[in-house]
Amino acid sequence: MSAAVKRKPLRFETPEELLAYADEQLRRQQALRQEIRVCGGPGCLARGSRDIYDAIRDRIDAHRVDLENQKLELGVTLEAKCTGCHGMCEAGPVVTFEPSKIFYTHVKVEDAEDIVAKTLLAKKPIRRLLYHQEPRKGGQPVQRYTDIPFYALQTKVALRNVGVVDPLSLEDYLAAGGFRALVKALTTLSPEEVVEEVDASGLRGRGGAGFPTGRKWKGALRAKKDRVWIICNGDEGDPGAFMDRAIMEGDPYSVIEGMLIGSYALGATDGFLYVRHEYPLAVEHLRRAIERLEEVGLLGENILGTGLTCRLRISRGGGAFVCGESTALARSIEGKVGEPRAKYVRSVERGLYDQPTVLNNVETWTCVTAILDRGAHWFASMGSERSKGTKAFSLVGKVKHTGLVEVPMGRTLREIIFDIGGGILEDRPFKAVQTGGPSGGCLPEEKLNLPVDFDTLTRAGAMMGSGGMIVMDDHTCMVDVAKYFIKFLIGESCGKCVPCREGLRQV
Amino acid sequence: MTKTAKVSRKAAGKGSRARRKKASSPESGENGRFLAELFERYPREETSLIMVLQDVQDHFNWLPPEALDRVAVELGVPRGRVQSVATFYRAFSLSPRGSTIVKVCLGTACHVRGSSKIAEALEKDLGIEAGSGMTEDGKVSIETVNCLGACAMAPVVVIGDRYHANALPEKIVELVKKERES
Repeated sequence: MSAAVKRKPLRFETPEELLAYADEQLRRQQALRQEIRVCGGPGCLARGSRDIYDAIRDRIDAHRVDLENQKLELGVTLEAKCTGCHGMCEAGPVVTFEPSKIFYTHVKVEDAEDIVAKTLLAKKPIRRLLYHQEPRKGGQPVQRYTDIPFYALQTKVALRNVGVVDPLSLEDYLAAGGFRALVKALTTLSPEEVVEEVDASGLRGRGGAGFPTGRKWKGALRAKKDRVWIICNGDEGDPGAFMDRAIMEGDPYSVIEGMLIGSYALGATDGFLYVRHEYPLAVEHLRRAIERLEEVGLLGENILGTGLTCRLRISRGGGAFVCGESTALARSIEGKVGEPRAKYVRSVERGLYDQPTVLNNVETWTCVTAILDRGAHWFASMGSERSKGTKAFSLVGKVKHTGLVEVPMGRTLREIIFDIGGGILEDRPFKAVQTGGPSGGCLPEEKLNLPVDFDTLTRAGAMMGSGGMIVMDDHTCMVDVAKYFIKFLIGESCGKCVPCREGLRQV
Repeated sequence: MTKTAKVSRKAAGKGSRARRKKASSPESGENGRFLAELFERYPREETSLIMVLQDVQDHFNWLPPEALDRVAVELGVPRGRVQSVATFYRAFSLSPRGSTIVKVCLGTACHVRGSSKIAEALEKDLGIEAGSGMTEDGKVSIETVNCLGACAMAPVVVIGDRYHANALPEKIVELVKKERES
C-alpha cells in the first residue's frame, strides 16, 4: 500500500482527478489474485491478531520465491492487510481470504506458516481452522464465510467496509467506492437536493432517539443565520454497545465523507468529532484519516476546486455517560462540565456556542454516505414501514456468536439472537434480552417475535437505542440486573435534574 | 482462558508509562518543560480545557493541584471551573495512581458474565478500593469502567495497556501479582 503513495505529493484539485485516482485504485484491487484480511477489531486485537498479521507478512516474505513463481507477487497480486472488525468476535482472531472467501477462526501465530504454505501456495483450506457449525454435535466445517448463517443473514450498509478495507488506507477506501458519494453530491446536486435525498431515504438517527435526519437538517437550515456546526457523536456511552467503535476504527473515512456531505448540504465550514477517551484506537484512526485528507485536499478550504470548505477537529471525551446527550456533548466540546440543558430550544437552533448545530451519530453519518452513493430509493427499500434501512447491533452476553451484526430493520429478535447469534451459550434457556442501554428495557421470551425497529420496541416498553443487545440466560438474576442499572445511573447522573438525582436513590 | 496481546502502542496514548514521573514537583525540570510546551499546543481558551487536562493526566498519571493552578492561569479559566471539570469527568483522577492501572469493565455485557466478582477479588487481594488510592508500593491502582467497547470478549480487564478477554477472577489476581513483582 505505502509504495503506491510515494510518487509526488498527491493533491486532488478537481473531482475528475479524484475519480481518476479512485479508478486506478479499483483496477489495482481487481488485479489482486489473493487478498488476506486479518481482523484488527477490538476482540481479535486483544487475542493477538496484530502478531498474527506480522507473522503472516513474515511468512509471505519467507516464501516470496515460491509465491512469485505462482505469480502471487506481493504488492501486485497478493496483499495481506489488517482490517476492522469482521463481526464474529467470539471466533477470533479471524482471518479471511478473497476471492475464495475462506474463513479461519481461532487463528494462532503458529498457524501463519500453514496459512501461507497450504492455503496460498497449495490452495488447500486448513481443516482445523475452519468454522465448525455446532462443533459439539459433530457439525461439519464450513469453508466459505458466505455459507455461515451468521454472515449469510446479514445486510451490511453501515458496516459495509468494516472488515473489508484497511482503515488507514485512503487508497483502499477509494477502491471500495469511497468518495463517489461526495463527488456525486458536489457535481450533480444542489445542497437543497442533498438534504431532500437524505430526507427521502427515511434515515432516522442511529444514536438511539431515532429522530429523522432529514428533518433535523432542514431545521438547522431554517435556524441558520451565520454558521452551522456539524458534530459526529462518537461517545457511545451505552455499555454493551460497540458498533460505533467498530465503524470509527474500521472505516473512519466513510464517517468523514458523510460529514463532508453534511458540510456541503448545510453550509457548515467547521465540525467536531467527539470520541470517548476509552477508544484510543478510534481517535488514532480518525486523526490519521483527517491528516491524510487534509494532505490530499479533501479537507480544508476549496475542496476539489468547488469552493467547499470543511475543517474537522477531534474532541476526546472525558468519560461521562451523559455526554452522549447532544446539549451536554456540546458543553463538553466547549471545555465545560457536560451538563445538559432543557431542550425546549433544540440543538439545531442553539447548540455548540449557542449556534445552530447538527449532531449525528457515527452510524448515521456513514449511512448518509451510503445513501448519497446508492440513492434514497435503495435505502428506503430496506427496513420496515417507519424505520428504513438497516441497523448495526452488538450482540453480546450469553449468546453463542457474540459480535457485530447488521440487519434490515424489522427483523425479529428471534432471528437476530437465534438464527444469526446461534442461540444461547451451552443451549441454556433464554431469559431476556436487554436493549437500548441502561435506560432501555429487558424483553422476555414472549416478545422474541417482535420486529426490531424504533417504534415497535418503544411500544413494548424497551427501546432500540443505539443497538446494544445483551442476551441473558436462566443464570442471570433480573433483580441483580435492575440493581446494576440503577447503580450505573446513580453513578453517571450529572445531578442536574431532580427525578434522576434524587429519584434513583429512592428506587 | 485468558489470552493477551499488546494493543498498538501508538494507540495507547501519548507518553509511555515509563516516562511518567511521580509528580514530586510539577513545576520543575522535565515537568516544567512539559507544561511550557503543553500550552503552546492548544489555543489558550476554555475550549482546550478538557484536552489540556487529558494531556496533564497522561504526563503525571493524575492531576496534581499545582498543575491545575497553572492550567487555570494559562487558559484564563477560573480555578473553580477547572476543579469542577476535573471532578465531573470520570477519566480524571485527583489523587495519585499506581504506575499500572487495572481497569475492570463493568459494562452490561461484562456484568452478566460476572465482572463484578473480578473487581471484588482484586480489591480483596490488594487491599485497596477501586477508584481510590493505590497499593503501598505505588505500583497498582484499580479502576472500574462502564464499558470498554470490547463486549464480545466479556468480561474484559485491561492491565496497563493489555486487554484480557474472558477474564476469570483468580487468573486476573494472578496476573496483577506478577505485574507487581516485575
